[in-house]
Amino acid sequence: MRWLPVILALWFAFPAQLLARDIHREKSLYRNIVVREEFGRRCLVFSAKRGDRNQTCMDLKHPQRLVFPYVRMTLGGLLVNPAPKKILVIGLGGGSIPVTLAELFPEATVDVVEIDEAVLRVARKYFDFAETDRLKVVISDGRVFVKRSILKGARYDFIVLDAFTGDYIPEHMMTREFLEELKSILDNGGVLVANTFSSSVLYDHESETYKAVYGPFLNFKLPITGNRVVIARNGEMPDDATIKARARQFASLLEPYDVDIMKFPRYMSRGEDWDYHKRPLTDQYSPANLLRGDLY
Amino acid sequence: MSSNTTTNVVVLILAFTSGFIVMAIELLGGRILAPYFGSSIYVWGSIITVFMLSLSLGYLIGGRISLVNPNLYRYGFFFLGAALALLPTIVFGDAIMDAVFVEIEDPRYGSLVASTLLFFLPTAVLGMIAPYSVRLLVQHRDHSGQIAGGLYFVSTLGSALGTLATSFYLVLWFEVDHILFAMSAMLTAGACLAVAAHLRMRALQA
Repeated sequence: MRWLPVILALWFAFPAQLLARDIHREKSLYRNIVVREEFGRRCLVFSAKRGDRNQTCMDLKHPQRLVFPYVRMTLGGLLVNPAPKKILVIGLGGGSIPVTLAELFPEATVDVVEIDEAVLRVARKYFDFAETDRLKVVISDGRVFVKRSILKGARYDFIVLDAFTGDYIPEHMMTREFLEELKSILDNGGVLVANTFSSSVLYDHESETYKAVYGPFLNFKLPITGNRVVIARNGEMPDDATIKARARQFASLLEPYDVDIMKFPRYMSRGEDWDYHKRPLTDQYSPANLLRGDLY
Repeated sequence: MSSNTTTNVVVLILAFTSGFIVMAIELLGGRILAPYFGSSIYVWGSIITVFMLSLSLGYLIGGRISLVNPNLYRYGFFFLGAALALLPTIVFGDAIMDAVFVEIEDPRYGSLVASTLLFFLPTAVLGMIAPYSVRLLVQHRDHSGQIAGGLYFVSTLGSALGTLATSFYLVLWFEVDHILFAMSAMLTAGACLAVAAHLRMRALQA
C-alpha cells in the first residue's frame, strides 16, 4: 500500500494516457494500423519503430473540425486555385482531406489513390468515410496511378500529395521525375499541394527538387508544427494581393472546419530558406530516408 | 606461388566479387522498378523470384560447361559475359520498362516481366560461376564437400557485404546507373584477372 499515493498521483497527473484506448489494431500488408481514442479524438496511427505517428484525427464531438495543422494547411492550396473541379488526393489516411474538399466543392470530382486496402476499410469503419459517385478511391501505388493517368490523358487542377508511410514519404514519390509526371497531369494553372517535413537535410533536397520542376513555389510553414506544405503551380504564382483577397473570400466558408485561412498568407514564403547547393532527388539518386536521419 | 595456390586465390576473390555483385544488382532492382511498378511487396516478390530462377538455371548450365576442359581462361569469360549482359539493363532499362508498363496493367505481372527482361540474363551468367568455381578448386573427391563449403562461405559473405554496402552507403553516394556501370567494370576487371592468371601459369609451366 506504500505505492498507493504514487499510483494516485500518476493517475491524476496523466489521466489522458490512462484513458487512451486502442479500438482497432491491424497488421496490414504495409504497416501496423491502430485506431486510438484519446482526448475526445479518434486517431489513425501508423505505428513505426521510431514512435507512433498520427496520420489523421477526428474530433468525436465535431467531426467536421480539422484537427491537424497540416490538414488545415493543405487548404492553403485554395489560395492559388480557388475553384478546383478535378481533384486528386494521393494518400487517403482517415479521409479528412478528400471529404473536406468534396464538401467544399460540390461540383468537383475527387479521385483518391491509396496503396493499402486496409486503410480504406479502417477509414470507412472508424472515420465515417464514404465513397460517392464523385468521390472515388483507387487502390494503387501513387506513382503507378499517376503514370497510368498520363497514358489515359487524365487531367487534374488540384493535386494533394500526402503519401506517408509510418516514417516518411516513399522514396520513389519524392523524385524530380515523379514531380514532372504530376506536372504533366496538372492543368495549366492547376496547383500541387505537398505535405512534407522541415526538420532534416532532406528539406534542402526536397526544396531543390520542387524548385527544379515547378520554379518558385509557396513555402508554407506554421509556427506550431514541423510540417512544411509546398504549394506549387503549373504556371505563374498569383501575387500577394490576390492571395490575401482569396483568403478573405474563403474565411467564413472554412470556419466550420476550424481553418483560420486569414492567417495563412503571412506564413507563405516565396524566399529560399534552404541550402540551394543540395542536389535535387531523382530516380537515380533518392536516398531520401537515409538523408532524413541527418538532422541539422 | 604454385599454380594451385594461384588458382585458389583467384577463384576465391572472384567468387566473392560475383556474390557481392549479385546482391548489389538485386537491391538496385527494387530501386529501378519502383518508378514503374511501385515498391510494394509484390515488386520484391518479382525481383527475388527472377533472381532465384536465373541463378538456378545458371548453376545448371555452369556445372555442365565445367565438364569440358575447365580452366581460368574460360572462367574469365563468365565475368566478361556478365559485364556485357548488364549493359543493356543500364542503357535500355527505361525503354524496356516503358514498353512493359504500357502492355501490362497489373503491376504484379508487369514487375515480373520487367525484372525478367532486365535481370535474367546477367544473373544467370553470374550463377554459372559458382559450380565452375567448385570444379576449378576441387583436386580430390575427399575434399570436395569442404571446398564447396568454403566457396559458399566466401561467395555468400560477398553477397552479405554487397547487400549492406549498397543499401547503406552506395545509394547515398552514387546514382543507380553509376553503381551498375561500376559493377560492370568490376566484372570486366575480374575477367582480366582470371585470364591474366591463366596466361601467367601457362608461361610458368612452359
